[in-house]
Amino acid sequence: MPGTVQSVERAAAILHVVAGTRGALGVTDIAEAVGLAKTTTHGLLRTLLHVGFVEQDRETGRYTVGPGLRRLGSPLDVNEVRSRASNWADALAARSGHTVRLATLAGEEEVVVVHHVFRPDDSAQELEVGVALPARTTGLGKVLLAHSPEPRAARNAPDGRATELAEVRARGWAAERGEHEPGRGCIAAPVRGPGGPVVAALGVSGPVTSLFDGRGAPRGLLLGMVTDAAAAVSRELGYGGA
Amino acid sequence: MPDRYVLAVDQGTTSTRSLVFDRGGRMVAVRQREHRQHFPRPGWVEHDPMEIWANTRWTADQVLADVGAAGGVVALGIANQRETTVVWDRATGRPVLRALVWQDTRTAELVSELCARPDAGLVPERSGMAIAGYFSGPRLRWILEHVPRARERAERGELLFGTMETWLIWNLTGGPEGGRHVTDVTNASRTLLMDVRSCRWDPDLLAFFGIPAAMLPEIRPSVGMLGTATALAQPLPITGALGDQQAALFGQACFAPGEAKCTYGTGSFLLQNTGTELVRTRSGSISTVAYQLAGEPVRYALEGSVAVAGALVQWLRDGLGLIGTAPEVETLARTVADNGGCYVVPAFSGLLAPHWRGEARGLVAGLTSYVTKGHLARAVLEATGWQTRDVVRAMAADSGLSLPALRVDGGMTTNNLLMQFIADALDTPVVRPMVGETVSLGAAYAAGLAVGVWSDVEALRRNWHRAAQWTPSPETTRALTAEYPRWERAVQLSIAWGAP
Ligand SMILES: Nc1ncnc2c1ncn2[C@@H]1O[C@H](COP(=O)(O)OP(=O)(O)OP(=O)(O)O)[C@@H](O)[C@H]1O
Ligand SMILES: [Mg+2]
Repeated sequence: MPGTVQSVERAAAILHVVAGTRGALGVTDIAEAVGLAKTTTHGLLRTLLHVGFVEQDRETGRYTVGPGLRRLGSPLDVNEVRSRASNWADALAARSGHTVRLATLAGEEEVVVVHHVFRPDDSAQELEVGVALPARTTGLGKVLLAHSPEPRAARNAPDGRATELAEVRARGWAAERGEHEPGRGCIAAPVRGPGGPVVAALGVSGPVTSLFDGRGAPRGLLLGMVTDAAAAVSRELGYGGA
Repeated sequence: MPDRYVLAVDQGTTSTRSLVFDRGGRMVAVRQREHRQHFPRPGWVEHDPMEIWANTRWTADQVLADVGAAGGVVALGIANQRETTVVWDRATGRPVLRALVWQDTRTAELVSELCARPDAGLVPERSGMAIAGYFSGPRLRWILEHVPRARERAERGELLFGTMETWLIWNLTGGPEGGRHVTDVTNASRTLLMDVRSCRWDPDLLAFFGIPAAMLPEIRPSVGMLGTATALAQPLPITGALGDQQAALFGQACFAPGEAKCTYGTGSFLLQNTGTELVRTRSGSISTVAYQLAGEPVRYALEGSVAVAGALVQWLRDGLGLIGTAPEVETLARTVADNGGCYVVPAFSGLLAPHWRGEARGLVAGLTSYVTKGHLARAVLEATGWQTRDVVRAMAADSGLSLPALRVDGGMTTNNLLMQFIADALDTPVVRPMVGETVSLGAAYAAGLAVGVWSDVEALRRNWHRAAQWTPSPETTRALTAEYPRWERAVQLSIAWGAP
């Protein structure tokens, strides 16, 4: 067959074997079943482990089908995402002193808040879980649009928006400076699921003046806190083979 | 100057977690490992103490590496699943059998024998608690009766007893090579062997249960030096230890009488601080030690213990396979608008507070062909809400105090449907603090207080911030109040079902 990539074929063969077996398999069994050297098989398995397509038992070292493959094609459950994000969202709110929200895309025009941590000043605040926000004008929405494979329309918009989304993709975070609500802003970063797709956006929000300096750059350590927290949640969700 | 960090180990029923906190009480790093649940017979639940010790060491060394040079970790605090019982060989460090977990019901028969004895009144009188298979004393007695030569070896001082914190501290401080054999007063108070006023092992209680004093650890305050953890990559002073529920009370900064929290994990546990006063209970809550700072009087709490909360969600996942992960229960429950007339009473191993009926067994009531898995998921979540209402009511009767708001924590608090249901069922605002891992935070606070990371409990109180609040809706509250008797009826049925 011309033009096939050998390692992809081999990985597929391994997945067939692992998925077709009831119990867990050791490297030797798998290598024998697919007719490859043990070292080659081992290398392929490490990669499959990294993308979450296989799972390895801590004690026995044997392999089974991983969560990434079981969930292939079905989006991560939002309640699951909230649950896994919770510790890091709390820490981000406590450290930054700002409101933290986690959102997922709902169609091409809106995002839905799936988790909300109050600003840690003990003032009266309302839980915003389930609230829909416009995708184009919010930091959370920009992150999700920038990484969404579907809404090409938004990315190919004629105005400066396409450039902004390309920028968001390239630098790994988005800013909102009063476009949605006057004086209010947000700094948001992508949260990735097993294998790499962006499954949610995590951001801090508050007055534009407390998030950004006079030149519009994120203040002090805020940006690092947001991207670190988003990376931690991604790890928690299994991104990077964790 | 680098920040001063504190390491906390939360040795729970399903997993062991190590977390590092900074002075603001903010989480800096976390590692977690689950351990195996062994169910050798119906009603028996066991953990492998060696596996738990390995997980403790691994997670602790990992977070120490994660934090690296970023800050200095200066102390270690431990919180643990309570009442779980370990007996091991002092010379080899090997357990004589797996740990008997707090959910284990094998002592049921032994407990009814003990209850029938004419001198049984001694136990609640001295220990502050009624004889029940939930506590560690009967488990220890069972082990001494069933492991060959255990009693004579224990009498000779060859075998040691401990709850999980004791087992871990002994291993952390050297194990067979000079490990410290100590327990904290909150854990000791759950054995039925301690005089709840003097906080010493009580010779009459030891005689009643037939426990050799030689195998017991030394009882220490929850906050204060317990030993040095030389087994970790970085040796640390162990300066705090508490049972997990008491640790959560501490982590929620409930330091004043009347302040209360409810933790939703495997089970759910409502604790209310009663200060230096030990309240005599009549309505089904229990009086327990809350914590003790070295050199200070013991603080007490009222407790409403519910054995099955998150464990019911786990059953939906592992027993029925209706969901893939615990949080998916909310997705499933939201596919319907109500419980469809369905109620689940999760009396898997009897009912604890406020009923204390070890014989009760679980049931699903109100089944019709209308009921779907969505309704079942709702009924599963509502069971936790109704049980909270049961214990809140009992505690209000025992303490005479009503709760202005319920402070919550634990894994189930990320479930918004459940939290709103609890607010509505109690007609009380439900409030979650900025740190959901309050068990670990409480252990860190205890350890940090002892070494001066925090000056006093007031400093800890300032770290508490509200992360979320669920407010009751008057309409729903009215409807749930009208529905409550149905739940109570289902509970009565589950008790009747289990009757011999
Ligand atoms: N979103 C959710 N909705 C409902 N239940 C949940 C959710 N997330 C977790 N749980 C349940 O909560 C429990 C886990 O919570 P948590 O991590 O606080 O418990 P735990 O500390 O492991 O308990 P323990 O200390 O007893 O071991 C599990 O029983 C799980 O089924
Ligand atoms: Mg726990």
